Amino acid sequence: MNIRKVKEFFIEKLIFICGLASIFFVVLIFLFLLREGAAVFNSVSPAGFLSGRSWYPISEPPQLGILPLILGSLMVTVGAAVISIPVGVACAVYIAEIAPPSVKEALKSGIELLAAIPSVVIGFIGMVTLVPWVKSVFRLPTGLTALSGSIMLAFMAMPTIVSVAEDALYSVPKSYKEGALALGATHWQVIHRVILPAAASGILAAVMLGIGRVIGETMAVMMITGNSAVIPNSILQPVRTLTATIAAEMGEAVVGSEHYFALFAVGIVLFVISFAVNVTADLFLHKRTS
Amino acid sequence: MVAFSIRDLNIWFGAVHALSNLTMDIPAKEILSVIGPSNSGKTTFLRMLNRLNELNVNFRMSGAVDMGGKDIRKMETELVRKKVGMVFALPLPLPLSIFENVAYGVRIHGVKNRNKLEVSVERALRQAYLWEEVKDRLELSAFKLSGGQQQRLCIARTLAVEPEVILFDEPCSGLDPVSTAKVEEAMMKLKTDYTIVLVTNNVKQAARVGDKTAFFLSGKLVELDKTDTVFTVPRDKRTDDYIRGKFG
Amino acid sequence: MRNPRRTQKIAFFLLFLATLFIVVPVGLIVIIIIQKGLPAVNWQFLSDVPRQGMRAGGIFPAIIGTVYLVTGAIIFALPIGVLAAIYLNEYAGDNFLTRIIKLAIVNLAGVPSVVYGLFGLALFVVFFRFGASIIAGSFTLGIMTLPIIITTSREALESVPYSFREVSRSLGASKWQTIRYIVLPNALSGILTGTILGLGRAAGETAPILFTVAAFYLPRLPHSVFEQTMALPYHLYVISTQVPNVDEKVRYGTALVLLALVLFMNLVAIVIRFKFRKKKKW
Repeated sequence: MNIRKVKEFFIEKLIFICGLASIFFVVLIFLFLLREGAAVFNSVSPAGFLSGRSWYPISEPPQLGILPLILGSLMVTVGAAVISIPVGVACAVYIAEIAPPSVKEALKSGIELLAAIPSVVIGFIGMVTLVPWVKSVFRLPTGLTALSGSIMLAFMAMPTIVSVAEDALYSVPKSYKEGALALGATHWQVIHRVILPAAASGILAAVMLGIGRVIGETMAVMMITGNSAVIPNSILQPVRTLTATIAAEMGEAVVGSEHYFALFAVGIVLFVISFAVNVTADLFLHKRTS
Repeated sequence: MVAFSIRDLNIWFGAVHALSNLTMDIPAKEILSVIGPSNSGKTTFLRMLNRLNELNVNFRMSGAVDMGGKDIRKMETELVRKKVGMVFALPLPLPLSIFENVAYGVRIHGVKNRNKLEVSVERALRQAYLWEEVKDRLELSAFKLSGGQQQRLCIARTLAVEPEVILFDEPCSGLDPVSTAKVEEAMMKLKTDYTIVLVTNNVKQAARVGDKTAFFLSGKLVELDKTDTVFTVPRDKRTDDYIRGKFG
Repeated sequence: MRNPRRTQKIAFFLLFLATLFIVVPVGLIVIIIIQKGLPAVNWQFLSDVPRQGMRAGGIFPAIIGTVYLVTGAIIFALPIGVLAAIYLNEYAGDNFLTRIIKLAIVNLAGVPSVVYGLFGLALFVVFFRFGASIIAGSFTLGIMTLPIIITTSREALESVPYSFREVSRSLGASKWQTIRYIVLPNALSGILTGTILGLGRAAGETAPILFTVAAFYLPRLPHSVFEQTMALPYHLYVISTQVPNVDEKVRYGTALVLLALVLFMNLVAIVIRFKFRKKKKW
């Protein structure tokens, strides 16, 4: 009896510790990024790092300005958002409101399937199908452009947008809909005047989470966007994102070098962005439930 | 003989004062019927006796409940619940076989020997008048039984841990008259060995099986007396009104 | 005046088009990969090591490497994830700490995969001196899978009716006994589903293993968890972008094997979910 009590005491302590594990890991990730990344600010100021216009990490002395990378990420992300938000929300509305039940299940499985395809496979498919197509349609020297990246990333954001937005639409009380229909509104009028506004904060959260996924996406973007670290002035140019920079260069960076520290500092920037995006999205989701 | 002795008991759930200033004794080896409209505190009262209220995080209390001279709040929770069994309003079999449902509590309290388990299960099922109906299909899922059988299974499950007291929380509310009669019959037989507290919405059932009857209203005990007395010459007008169906 | 019926028709048609715009490419991607990859996939491709600078031979070490990594990740993440889910669903009160834990899970799920790679590099490879190794890669993938396992396990625990817990407690079972004997067994299918989904995700990830474990070219099986290994997703990346003149068939074949592996795991998860949902007794 007492042995049981002692055993349970330890099990429950263990459960509590594991309950805290996610906090522990988030903090640990941040601390280790900071530990390795902060050293770069010995040679470049945080402002200079963020707004520097040239990224030449292995020249002598290295030039560590990530503005081109930030703009590269921004361009690809905006492009992906322009495509994925309207299409994703529209698809969510179709699934939540219009599709008959059997079609609905099939569509949901299709979307889940898309979410399951590994990023590197998406990148590969983009490389062999979309990139040559962009090259020939726009008569470019290369199809590895921000546009190609945006299109493929849009597909990676859509599953998130569709499923979160669909949840939000679905949780709008049925009575709202019935009330409006009883007043003689058409189904479409009900959707865009009643249901969409009622689900607005959830849809906003869906959009945020989708964008978060795009900003953090690495492999596909590295394979498709051409990776040139210059400030882009057109969506038909090659760009390099924050994520792709880390992935492409960390393999060659010497541990403890300026370059190594700088890549960790890029990691800090990414971590902070994703943190902000996720906290905001969570606030929107919370607003909906409360 | 007194099974429970309750002194100045107050219970709150958050801001809700569920029971106020309750002082009463519960006689041993009898059936105490507890009646009253919904939200009168009768279920809270019942769940106090095996400390089940404490599962609610907003629970607060003052006063004392003594069982056999000991304050149940000072006893080990698991031991109180072993001694004071509970049968719920709806038949709530666990998602296990018939045998394992009855054996569950016995196992929890440390019995591992298969023979001993079998003995306990058979004894409990017989006491609940279910043995003959299920003895050939003990390995079947408990959900395959009818509602009435499920409720008797729950009684057997409670009996198997050999409690001293059995609490019934409106045990027949979901059952048809035939099943209800069987459950009542089981209760009548059980009172020779156990103290029984029966919370019921059915005034006639309270009259049929209760040796004593308590009437609760708005978290207060209005009247507690022999069942005959309560039902023929109640001292409080509100008791009379409730029994006659004027409210509730 | 505009006709609301016609507006509705046009609107619904556009919504339908948007849906097609998502679903059709998914189908196309899968079909293209199967069609072009299938001719490359044969027993030799699956069982042989890469040869001629990865232009010929098979992908066996990459397959096995991915299996090792995923297994390691799950050994690490499953116990922590399930216990964390138990804490959240069975123990945690409605308070500030719980709110912070939930926020941490959301953030953990949102951290970019390449940042996990950096973290794994800094913590396991450099700080713990594991070097680029299976153990470093597994732990990194494990931490990345944690939010999926916690979230799905928690849903599974939540779906076990509260009344079962109450009954068990009323019989004198302690909280842990109730969890161990009633709640967990009935949440098992859901936990399994979540675990397999997490595995599928881990199997397809490249960025977290880039600097923590993945070997560019290592045409043999690793001998211990402190060695590097090839892995399928990284191998696909390498032969698509880093090695010139690789036969297209080999690339498509590798993509097909990876896709099949990941989709197979998802399928298994769906089948388990479906089977147990039908079997549910309450």
